[in-house]
Amino acid sequence: MSLKIINKPDLMPFVSSMMGEYQVIGPVENDIGFKFATLTDASQVRLNYNTTVIPPRKALLPTQETLFSFQKDTLAPAFDMKWRVLLGVHTCDLHAMCMLDEAFARGQPDTHYMKRRATTTIVSMECLDPCDENSFCKSMNTLTATSGFDLHLIQLGEFYAVDVGTTAGEALLANHAKSHDATREEIALLDKTMSQKWAKFPVRLKLDGKDLPALMGISYKSPLWEEVGKRCFGCGSCNIVCPTCYCFDVRDEVAMDGKSGERYRIWDSCQLDEFARIGSGENFRKTHAQRLRHRFMRKGKYIAEAFPGQQGCVGCGRCARACLVDITPVGVWNSLHEAHA
Amino acid sequence: MSIPAIESIYLPTLAWIAKVETMTATEKFFTVELPRGQSLGHKPGQFVQISLNGIGEAPISISSSPSRSNGKFEMCVRKVGDVTGALHNLSEGAQIGVRGPYGRGFPVEQFEGRDILVAAGGLSLAPVRSVINQIFDNRKKYGRFIILYGAKNPGELLFAEERDDWKKRNDVEYLETVDKGTPEWAGNVGVITTLFPKISVNPRNTVAITEGPPIMYRFVLMELLGKGIPEDQIWVSLERRMKCGVGKCGHCQLDHFYCCQNGPSFSYAEIKGVMEAL
Repeated sequence: MSLKIINKPDLMPFVSSMMGEYQVIGPVENDIGFKFATLTDASQVRLNYNTTVIPPRKALLPTQETLFSFQKDTLAPAFDMKWRVLLGVHTCDLHAMCMLDEAFARGQPDTHYMKRRATTTIVSMECLDPCDENSFCKSMNTLTATSGFDLHLIQLGEFYAVDVGTTAGEALLANHAKSHDATREEIALLDKTMSQKWAKFPVRLKLDGKDLPALMGISYKSPLWEEVGKRCFGCGSCNIVCPTCYCFDVRDEVAMDGKSGERYRIWDSCQLDEFARIGSGENFRKTHAQRLRHRFMRKGKYIAEAFPGQQGCVGCGRCARACLVDITPVGVWNSLHEAHA
Repeated sequence: MSIPAIESIYLPTLAWIAKVETMTATEKFFTVELPRGQSLGHKPGQFVQISLNGIGEAPISISSSPSRSNGKFEMCVRKVGDVTGALHNLSEGAQIGVRGPYGRGFPVEQFEGRDILVAAGGLSLAPVRSVINQIFDNRKKYGRFIILYGAKNPGELLFAEERDDWKKRNDVEYLETVDKGTPEWAGNVGVITTLFPKISVNPRNTVAITEGPPIMYRFVLMELLGKGIPEDQIWVSLERRMKCGVGKCGHCQLDHFYCCQNGPSFSYAEIKGVMEAL
């Protein structure tokens, strides 16, 4: 829509002001790195973070979420009624959220997700340097974003360029920040910074991310699944840290009175043994190899084909960092590509 | 800033058990009544999520046909898990939750004018019964009607009264078998594929609907294909772990299909070559 500028000293007041009206969730430091958390003080926010262990999807799809509570014969749906700002989302995660939006809106819309999404304003953040050797956003074309955000921040030395994506973003900026229209010089600096940024990011996949569905389509019978499957523990860490994973389990919990309780959903993992097992005991993906293949098919093929324009993998590298036995998407996809080259 | 009122898609409708009948040692047959006499509005081959507060939900096939709904629906439940176990302990008048109907049923309207061959194994006669009765109630719209049914032993054969009726009717050719007989059993002994040599079909004009345990499909499909029935005229129903019923939770995914949305009914042409399907 338009390009605005916030001077660096005006950023903290902007965050503080938003906190007066919204729950503001942003990157904060913890003992092992960074995580997305509700800010209690504007000074906690670390916009220069590299990555987080758990992606910000937890703000839209909480790890555990009550669907309804029950009390004898009455059922009461539960909805999160907060208005929130999700601050400092990197573009890889932003692309993932656009995919989640599509997945939950498609068919019968998931009212719980839709409600939370509708009350969330996203302020994303451009990465100017690669986070580490595991990310491959350039190969997945998620290195930047032109939509999906309400506001998008790009740090340019002593000020932030602010790309206004929606009217909600425009209102957030107008109500809470001191900003001005970008000058010709500021736009020139943005242009220069973005060009310099591009060269800093390595291309790590041997094929373009857009060609993954085709590669996966011819890789069902690859011996790689058995090989990698032998190493996999089936722990599910890859799913838990993935910004595009959204599978969940539904469970009931009864209160101490034995009568009231709630039904909730909780993140689940297709790598766990019981994920595809049915009541009679039949398990449709019994082996680690089958389950790994399913995950990589979802990431590389199924999602991209089900939701045109969206991606099942955004190249954030979190699953590679989390894997205890170094099973990485770059490793798997490059091996499959080489096997067919 | 105001938030518009919203409904949860996961909230079940409260319904009542109108009737419970014990069918076998592990199966009970439930008639469920919906509030205000509303109809479930299902198609043959669809399923519902049955909900018990504090225990959870289980996907259950609808056993009654839309042609006989009348504000109620029927389901046959095998006791295999927490929800089905608890259902077995409920009696008439008990309240349960219902979500659905979900999934794609069998496109019976498309089958009009065709000969229909149904092959059901074990408990699968219960869901297939929704198609069978729909066809009986619209009998003139279809050609020949053949039903093949197999169970492990005579004690596991379901719907005795209805099967007796089929044996008497002259508008259906009904054959049944058991894998293992008993001294009193005078009928066919052998797996369901042993019934196929006893029937002849006009393959071009036949639609086959088969449902059974996963192991049965491979063999029954070979028989059906061997009779020359085209791949897109053979229909199966695939059992997977339908959890949310609305294509989100991922448990029932089969390749790129979500069984709860794209299925559970599939034509063989749709799933042929799909690695995890059969």
